[in-house]
Amino acid sequence: MSVTAARTRRRARIPRCTHPQGCARTRRSAPEPALRGRRLPGWALLAIAVAALGLAAAVVYPAGIGNWVLVTVIAAILYLTGVFAAAWSVEGPRSARNRTWSALIHSAFVLAVLPLASVTWTLVAKGSRRLDHDFFFTSMRNIGARDANGGAYHAIVGTLEQTGIATLITVPLGICAAIYVVEYGRGPLAGTIRFFVGVMTGIPSIVAGLFVLSFWVLVISPKLNGGRPGYSGFAAALALTVLMLPTVVRSTEEMLRLVPASLREGAYALGVPKWKTVLRIVLPTALPGIVTGVMLALARAAGETAPVLLVAGGGASINVNPFQDNQNSLALLTFQQAGDASRYAPARAWSAALTLVALVLILTIAAKLVAGRSPLAR
Amino acid sequence: MAKRIEAVGVTAYYGSFKAIDSITMTIEPKSVTALIGPSGCGKSTFLRSINRMHEVLPGARVEGRLTVDDQNIYDPDVDVTAVRRVIGMVFQRPNPFPTMSIFDNVVAGLRLNGVRSKPALAEAAERALRSANLWDEVKDRLNKPGASLSGGQQQRLCIARAIAVEPQVLLMDEPCSALDPISTLAIEDLMLGLKDRFTIVIVTHNLQQAARVSDKTGFFSIDAAGEPGRLVEYDDTEKIFGNPSVPKTRDYIAGRFG
Ligand SMILES: Nc1ncnc2c1ncn2[C@@H]1O[C@H](COP(=O)(O)OP(=O)(O)OP(=O)(O)O)[C@@H](O)[C@H]1O
Ligand SMILES: [Mg+2]
Repeated sequence: MSVTAARTRRRARIPRCTHPQGCARTRRSAPEPALRGRRLPGWALLAIAVAALGLAAAVVYPAGIGNWVLVTVIAAILYLTGVFAAAWSVEGPRSARNRTWSALIHSAFVLAVLPLASVTWTLVAKGSRRLDHDFFFTSMRNIGARDANGGAYHAIVGTLEQTGIATLITVPLGICAAIYVVEYGRGPLAGTIRFFVGVMTGIPSIVAGLFVLSFWVLVISPKLNGGRPGYSGFAAALALTVLMLPTVVRSTEEMLRLVPASLREGAYALGVPKWKTVLRIVLPTALPGIVTGVMLALARAAGETAPVLLVAGGGASINVNPFQDNQNSLALLTFQQAGDASRYAPARAWSAALTLVALVLILTIAAKLVAGRSPLAR
Repeated sequence: MAKRIEAVGVTAYYGSFKAIDSITMTIEPKSVTALIGPSGCGKSTFLRSINRMHEVLPGARVEGRLTVDDQNIYDPDVDVTAVRRVIGMVFQRPNPFPTMSIFDNVVAGLRLNGVRSKPALAEAAERALRSANLWDEVKDRLNKPGASLSGGQQQRLCIARAIAVEPQVLLMDEPCSALDPISTLAIEDLMLGLKDRFTIVIVTHNLQQAARVSDKTGFFSIDAAGEPGRLVEYDDTEKIFGNPSVPKTRDYIAGRFG
């Protein structure tokens, strides 16, 4: 009761406006913002774009200083200036800044997408020429410089096996390491792991290849192989593991940190032990993000050439046994065919590259479908 | 099965910051105890130290004795998960598990602690959801994600989740702050219904609620910003709201604080 009374008294003490015209004076000093104003019509933007293009072409072509790329760049700059000026005169300065910024952001987006689209287009245009039966079902065995056919079967097998084994090793290791660092690690050990993961992220792939060459191919494999060191797809998988591991640990770590602490507490409050909380609550919540990280690492590993060349040798014939003898891979085949002297080789290189990209794309889409959307992205 | 909780000199820290200082109080079994006080005075901190949830935060620690039926839960040989299985908690902000359906959320505690039988789970889920006044709203969409509910529904889901495991003590941190008056009444009824079996401790900013549901009320306060919170007065609810013995309590109840 007394609270309400005090409140009423306080309200009564607010000074009343004593001007004869009420509060008109204060109102005049701060004009109400207009909700409606003049707007640039849509055709005006189009007209500015056309004029900018025309002007740029008229400057560049007669002077002979460039081709359509320069025209586009000059036209873009002219368009930005034109939009800014037009918006300023019709809609006012605030709107002019707004329009210029959004035009800038759109052009940045186009600039980022252009190279990507160009690569995809080139790849599809040149790579689809050799997507025939021979390409998918034969190898390069006994294919000479004058043979038009030859295929990538051996390379597809190699890529699938090497990245598959590398993923099988990396995913459990990487996820466990990330769980340790985020959920359990306290003190210097966790800090050290994080530091070395950071360092490993920067390892060049050729160094990973050399490491496996000196450690597995030259030291361990002779012991398993009757004294003879040997190349193998498994060695390539080990090198890819070295490359994938830091990416997987890092991305998993980030995803685990994104899981709100309140979810862990919610599980603890039900009397759920910590390991079960991590396994049944935290990991499923972070799963879609973890899958994305794994697929990024896998895509990078599938495209590696140097380590495969160094430790798997890259043969021409089909070898489905990853633990013995040379294996090839799609990336390596692309490299070999691109540098080959045969006039039929470039087409094979393009098709191998296209197959590699398609393979990674299919795997990524499949993984995303399985993992679903992140429950945290709401 | 209800438990008596006895806090003796409970002091809690966040790193080097002392959040509550030497809280001593006895919480009777089969009763509802309300903790009231201004924001930031350490009610949540004290509540979280009753089921050892405080120490989950990095750098946070608790000193003092906290006994549940004469067993000090801060003894080194005490199993934390066993403590939390006996002392359940509803948090200030709803935290349903986002990967789980409504049904899975409610039975999460049972399932993760090893209950497998489908009929038992279904029965427990219905009982808990009815108690939390949520059953009618969700009975046709138990397989929808828990995060698809409204904020207030999520909070009642979390209450259902907490009572589904049948704890002996239930700690509730402002369980009704996001609820409409009807659900609030339902939760209050739930508390009154549960108290012949459980010990309930509730933090609330709603003084009428504290007066309605609780048998005893503890008033927490801080002397100045940066000081630790302390228990100013702890007594029967009628006494606190009718004739408090400390002037500070009287000012707070009357709305003349600060
Ligand atoms: N995670 C944390 N880290 C550091 N200090 C914290 C943390 N949580 C709370 N505190 C501090 O501890 C003190 C008590 O906080 P607490 O959450 O217990 O208050 P409360 O009484 O529950 O307040 P409210 O009514 O607003 O929920 C406050 O000064 C707060 O700033
Ligand atoms: Mg609180």
